[in-house]
Amino acid sequence: MKRFTGFVIKEFNHILRDFRTLLILFAMPAIQILVFGFVVTNELKDIRIAVLDQSGDRYTRDITNKIMSSGYFIFDGYLESTRQIEQKFREGNVKQVIIFEPGFGHKLIREKSADIQLLADASDANTANLVVSYTSAIIQDYMMDLRKKTGGNLQILPEIRMMYNENMAGAYMFVPGVMALILMIVSALMTSISITREKEMGTMETLLVSPLNPLQIVLGKVTPYVALSFINAVTIVALGYFVFGLPVHGSLGLLLLECLLFISVALSLGIFISTMVDTQQMAMFLSMMILMLPTILLSGFIFPVENMPDILQWLSCLVPAKYFIIIVKSIMLKGTGIAFVWKETLVLVFMMLFFIGSSIRRFKIRLE
Amino acid sequence: MNRKKTVIRVRDMVKKFGDFTANDRLSFEVYEGEIFGFLGANGAGKTTALRILCGLSLPTSGEISVAGYNVYSDREKIKKRIGYMSQKFSLYEDLKVYENIRLYAGIYGLSRKYIRERTDHLLETLGLEGVRNKLIAELPLGWRQKLAFSVAVFHQPSIVFLDEPTGGVDPITRRQFWDLIYRASQDGITVFVTTHYMDEAEYCDRVCIMEAGRIEAIGTPGELKGKYAAKNMDEVFIKIAR
Amino acid sequence: MRTILFLLQKEFIQIFRNRIMLPVIFIVPLVQLVVLVFAATLEMKNIEVVVVDKDLSDVSRRMIGKFEGSPFFKIKDFTFSVSEAEDFLRANEADMVLHIPQGFERELNRENRAKVQILLDAVNATTAGLANAYASNVLRDFNEQILVERVGVLGGRIEQVRIRYSFWYNPDLNYKIFMLPGILVILVTMIGMILTAINLVREKELGTAEQINVTPIRKYQFIIGKLVPFWIIALFELCFGLFVGKILFDLPMVGSLALLFLFASLYLLLVMSIGLFLSAISDSQIQVMFLVFFFFITFVLMAGIFTPVESMPDWAIKVNTINPLAYFIRVMRMILLKGSGFSDITREFYTLGIYAAVMLLLATWRYRKAA
Repeated sequence: MKRFTGFVIKEFNHILRDFRTLLILFAMPAIQILVFGFVVTNELKDIRIAVLDQSGDRYTRDITNKIMSSGYFIFDGYLESTRQIEQKFREGNVKQVIIFEPGFGHKLIREKSADIQLLADASDANTANLVVSYTSAIIQDYMMDLRKKTGGNLQILPEIRMMYNENMAGAYMFVPGVMALILMIVSALMTSISITREKEMGTMETLLVSPLNPLQIVLGKVTPYVALSFINAVTIVALGYFVFGLPVHGSLGLLLLECLLFISVALSLGIFISTMVDTQQMAMFLSMMILMLPTILLSGFIFPVENMPDILQWLSCLVPAKYFIIIVKSIMLKGTGIAFVWKETLVLVFMMLFFIGSSIRRFKIRLE
Repeated sequence: MNRKKTVIRVRDMVKKFGDFTANDRLSFEVYEGEIFGFLGANGAGKTTALRILCGLSLPTSGEISVAGYNVYSDREKIKKRIGYMSQKFSLYEDLKVYENIRLYAGIYGLSRKYIRERTDHLLETLGLEGVRNKLIAELPLGWRQKLAFSVAVFHQPSIVFLDEPTGGVDPITRRQFWDLIYRASQDGITVFVTTHYMDEAEYCDRVCIMEAGRIEAIGTPGELKGKYAAKNMDEVFIKIAR
Repeated sequence: MRTILFLLQKEFIQIFRNRIMLPVIFIVPLVQLVVLVFAATLEMKNIEVVVVDKDLSDVSRRMIGKFEGSPFFKIKDFTFSVSEAEDFLRANEADMVLHIPQGFERELNRENRAKVQILLDAVNATTAGLANAYASNVLRDFNEQILVERVGVLGGRIEQVRIRYSFWYNPDLNYKIFMLPGILVILVTMIGMILTAINLVREKELGTAEQINVTPIRKYQFIIGKLVPFWIIALFELCFGLFVGKILFDLPMVGSLALLFLFASLYLLLVMSIGLFLSAISDSQIQVMFLVFFFFITFVLMAGIFTPVESMPDWAIKVNTINPLAYFIRVMRMILLKGSGFSDITREFYTLGIYAAVMLLLATWRYRKAA
């Protein structure tokens, strides 16, 4: 044990000496959470809309004003003719064109029925869908108001409550995701690289002939990174709280424990990767390749898992970040305790044991 | 000795890393065709000096010329006329033997046909025909070192710089390695070698002993042994180091 | 020129000899491409609703039926207690609670207006917003329906606006054809930037860089030797990815592929130069890896691949002027999906060209043969 402690201290010193890496290690997660917390969002904002108003009456102007003052959209300008639409879309700035038919207001009052066309640039299907849904909701709202004035009066008033996130802050969704992404990749990368580095430099053999057993060597290399990653986790939670106003409704202690668990999963995954490759180059490439995109896409970080095809929903069960994100959101935002997240916690524990177990097996095979 | 042409001329060479002075006003000359040994304990500043002469590192001050060129302004011209082999193993481990030779020879501008012919000849003289298609990673250390040396002189440079070339090699391979050095020297290549094996110093025409960044002694092994009244170079070194 | 050929020969041998490298470069990315495009959807299919119907009237039942009939909603459960329903939200077992209070129908008949309550799990503000829009739509339709019925009895008509949508370039709202170019760009960039960066530092760390530095090789020769192999591999990968996209997802290729590849070549040159520059300022693979990781992830998440650029704050849009991925992803989608020509992307083309030249010079300048 004493030998082991000595080894851990040596590894610590080794890391602390490299100032540049250390700076990157601590500054990077902080900068990234700040950047992404503000940047990564699906909320509609400042979408440019052009209007082809062939009627130009009171009603079309009212509707246009109502749409533009909603906060989601920016008025790009009036178009003169349908021929301009194609050009506008091709330039790529305007995402939607609203067309009022000629004599819109007249028809609406006399014939009680008028047409609006919404043309959306659907090359981004997700945004187009949001834009059209929001625009038509605004138009329908306008009609409700209009009918109230003209007498047709019968209203079901939906009273909407946005639970856990009254201000609809995008950060509530993305901060936990960024947290999972950064902890996952930084932790896995660090361990896989530092172990393959020993292999590549030939120093692994020196360590293996030392009286330390392989498990101790690996644990010794990993322990300092657990500490470093944990500091990162605390930094991120603190930034989430102070900068993005993410509450911690549940138990802070439980949250930190879960962070520690997730870090351990990522580190053991890093160890596992290092048993598969011999060079740092491959360790890094493999870690980035197999971790980055699945962690972004299959964890529910940006895109909700429930909307995906079944196969991907199953695949997402293999992504540790998915469980961590659920846990973090439940504890921080919904204030739930272990009673609500014990399943996810158990899965993470199981994953960690699996990676450590497989690594030890592979490690032994190599030695024989 | 003075009849010989000087190929390396160093006067008051200083190299500082921050506050630390690695080379403190070194002055010496190396003559054409000789084997010049640079001796000293680890950290005495041998490698630093050698790296400056090879153009891998810039001196802080001093007048230095190698193969007739100034190390400040003509490093690339110097590089055409020298070969280099370092203590760190410098062949590509994931390339085969002949692929390594072809790469370095190609960089020095030799033609593919010439490279092919010389490679066959070289492997034959080294007795390594059988490993032509082996990866460097598969060869024992001694073979790699011999190969690395052969690659360093393949383009027939006028000077070859060897940085602790025999580190970690068994005595027999070391002996064979020195045979290669002698052969190169007979072909007219000046050899500049650093080492901390004192028995190797005996093989050199002239040696220069460094201690803590300074040159403490310079001369033929015979002269030095006489001067310090020592039986062998080991003793000379111990007397100086003390 | 001959020297460069010798260097290229060496690099290619090394790449193709590495048994893990090839599958990782070619197979892993393509598998990801094929699988992950499906993930990037915000299309809401199954918004799970827990209904608290305390009114149990004809109107309330019809309203619930309206939700049931909508493709977006799925009734998960019924309960008579709001707090019980909230527990569903808390445990992530439902997304929305529809609460119809007692006396809803009576109030609607007497006062002409009545309230229903909708509780949404808004942790994800975007999906909550979308669910809100859909739910309000369902309610409005229902509202209009009962209004028409009632006014119809009196023989009148109400004003209606018919909204017609049309989705250009992608009428089926197929998100895959939008995501595929995005994910492809990420993969290609990874190969270009990461492999180039690591490759150079690796030689430094192993000591072979020193052996090369002592030869009369020119800096530009060395840099070209390092750039070209991964440049070719990345372009090949792009080609392969587009092919797979065409075969499996019917990816539209409206614009000129030649223009696309011209732009891609320039783009790759830029990201690889950035990789080289980062490796030139690092001493170890760990350092360069974290630098690359930092820039790469930042570039990826800011580029507008997964989330729309328009939603980002102004400062982020400014930062994006130095984000190569933002240019490439935009241009790639424009060319592929909308058929934009050179005149539409002139600005991006020249910006990227100048940027690439600057980074290449910087990388060459910073690469030191002697310290």
